[in-house]
Amino acid sequence: MHTQRRLGDWLFHICNYGFFTLFTLLCLFPFYYLFINTISSNDLSARGLVTLYPKMIHFDNYIQVLQLKGLAQAALVSGGRTIIGTLLTVAASAFLGYLFTKRKMWARSFWYRFVIITMYFNAGIIPWYIIMMKLNMTNNFWAYILPAVVSPFYVILVKTFVESIPDVLEESAEMDGAGYFVIFSKIIMPLITPIAATIAIFSAVSQWNSFIDTVFLMTNSKLFTLQFVLYKYLNESTSLAAIIRNSQGAVGNIDLTNKQTATSIRTTVSMIVILPILFVYPFFQRYFVKGIMIGAVKG
Amino acid sequence: MKAAIRPQSSMSRRSGSLIPDKFRLFLFASPFLVLILLFSYFPLYGWLYSFYNYRPGFPLSETPFVGLQWFKAIFSNPTQTQEVMRVMRNTLAMSTLGILTSVFPVIFAIMLTEIRTTWYKKTVQVLTTLPNFISWVLVYSIAFMMFSVDSGVVNKWMIALGFQEMGVNYLAQDDHTWLAMTLWGLWKGLGWGAIMYIAAISSIDQEQYDAAKVDGAGRFRMIWHITVPGLMPTYFVLLLLSIANFINNGMEQFFVFQNAINKDHIEVLDLYVYNTGMLGFNFSFATAISMLKSIISIVLLFFANQLSKIVRGESII
Repeated sequence: MHTQRRLGDWLFHICNYGFFTLFTLLCLFPFYYLFINTISSNDLSARGLVTLYPKMIHFDNYIQVLQLKGLAQAALVSGGRTIIGTLLTVAASAFLGYLFTKRKMWARSFWYRFVIITMYFNAGIIPWYIIMMKLNMTNNFWAYILPAVVSPFYVILVKTFVESIPDVLEESAEMDGAGYFVIFSKIIMPLITPIAATIAIFSAVSQWNSFIDTVFLMTNSKLFTLQFVLYKYLNESTSLAAIIRNSQGAVGNIDLTNKQTATSIRTTVSMIVILPILFVYPFFQRYFVKGIMIGAVKG
Repeated sequence: MKAAIRPQSSMSRRSGSLIPDKFRLFLFASPFLVLILLFSYFPLYGWLYSFYNYRPGFPLSETPFVGLQWFKAIFSNPTQTQEVMRVMRNTLAMSTLGILTSVFPVIFAIMLTEIRTTWYKKTVQVLTTLPNFISWVLVYSIAFMMFSVDSGVVNKWMIALGFQEMGVNYLAQDDHTWLAMTLWGLWKGLGWGAIMYIAAISSIDQEQYDAAKVDGAGRFRMIWHITVPGLMPTYFVLLLLSIANFINNGMEQFFVFQNAINKDHIEVLDLYVYNTGMLGFNFSFATAISMLKSIISIVLLFFANQLSKIVRGESII
């Protein structure tokens, strides 16, 4: 009986460790694979000969790709929407979440529902597009920012968190004559830093990753985001590759040097789009794990 | 109510303003409420377009009102009906697969908490949530990179291991589209989805396990009789939310993965609406479908909410 159980335990552990090692590798390998292909010889990588470790390391891809015309502009747009959008979203969601904890607010529960219900319900993409057009939000940088300023989910997170802070703190400040803004900035904000950090990272990631809004709303290439540019490269790369293959080096008017292949451009742009997340991710991981757990309690 | 007991707080003492506190608070919130109104409620006005024969470029006042023609077209025009049914089939199939695979994060969480090596556990958790944070475009880029015919590592390995004779273009085939999409979804979301369950497991009373151990329960018995029941409430809430979202499987994933070959099985409702409306310029028809979809999803939401009230005595909205 005892040895049987020990044997079972042993098997269980082997399977367990084995599974997680495998799945972790599965999650990690694509990133690694992408990376080693960007720094390997473009010729080898295009023929699929770079599989486990980089071969003939060089950094030309990054140098060349960073000089591609639309890319710097796209990076600016992506960076801009991420920074401005995140700041505004954090400030607005935190402030609104705080206001919603105030029972005194006129018709509070109605307005709270008014905000929350938008999490589950929307008009649909075409009606939304029509209205965005009417609101002059096509080919307008603010179309990236304004719709995301108030996010119901973040408002819930803040509200729940503020409600767990003892009222006494606020009351004493109120006695000293502090107004709502002072209380919010001096007392509430410092206390909700963990949740604000969570919102910041979520919002930054979603701004950085946003892609469909560019597809719908933007035709002006000055407002294209990195994600969209990458998508375009991906879509064109098949034909790009064909052109390169057929014309044997005479690339025509496409903005590529002879050295670059469709594969190298794709992988390098992908890598440039992933890098910010890879850098930020490990530092904030425990913040948003904590944050999502606070949200999870409420369901 | 509080204001009635403490009359001085209903007037703002601080700024000397005459606006009562309750309206002042509302005033502070109003800019944000206006944003919500503009970007979430105002689009409902766009529903009007489904009753007209709208063509881009003309104002609504100059376009003919056609009443329910577009809605009728869904059911009376056989080709259109067939199209919508095909899209519905894809949507429901993919949602169903999504719900069926929603037990995987639970299993993942349970198995991960069985691992006692802390650093290993942490590493697994950090690395498996990583894919959740990249966009679908990047997922597609990765897929493109790994599965392409010429340069993909998967093809090289499959040939080297003797599973196939020559390169296969995995991304341009329609045999297993639903399954492939579900697997990509799992790859992206499994580790992340498990976080919530890991949190729930850590909040289960440890004494229950100790008591069970004294009674001679083994690992699997403890999992089955303590951990699983402990996770059920969380699982149930998420399940109900996925019922509410049954026909909302978004479009980004399918948009980036679609191509001429897999279109038959990858077109879900939102993508279909995009393709007919934005690319096919059939605005009014697309709006009609869009609108029906929104109505169905709100009905599903209330259904799920009601279900939650009955079963758990708690609402989800």
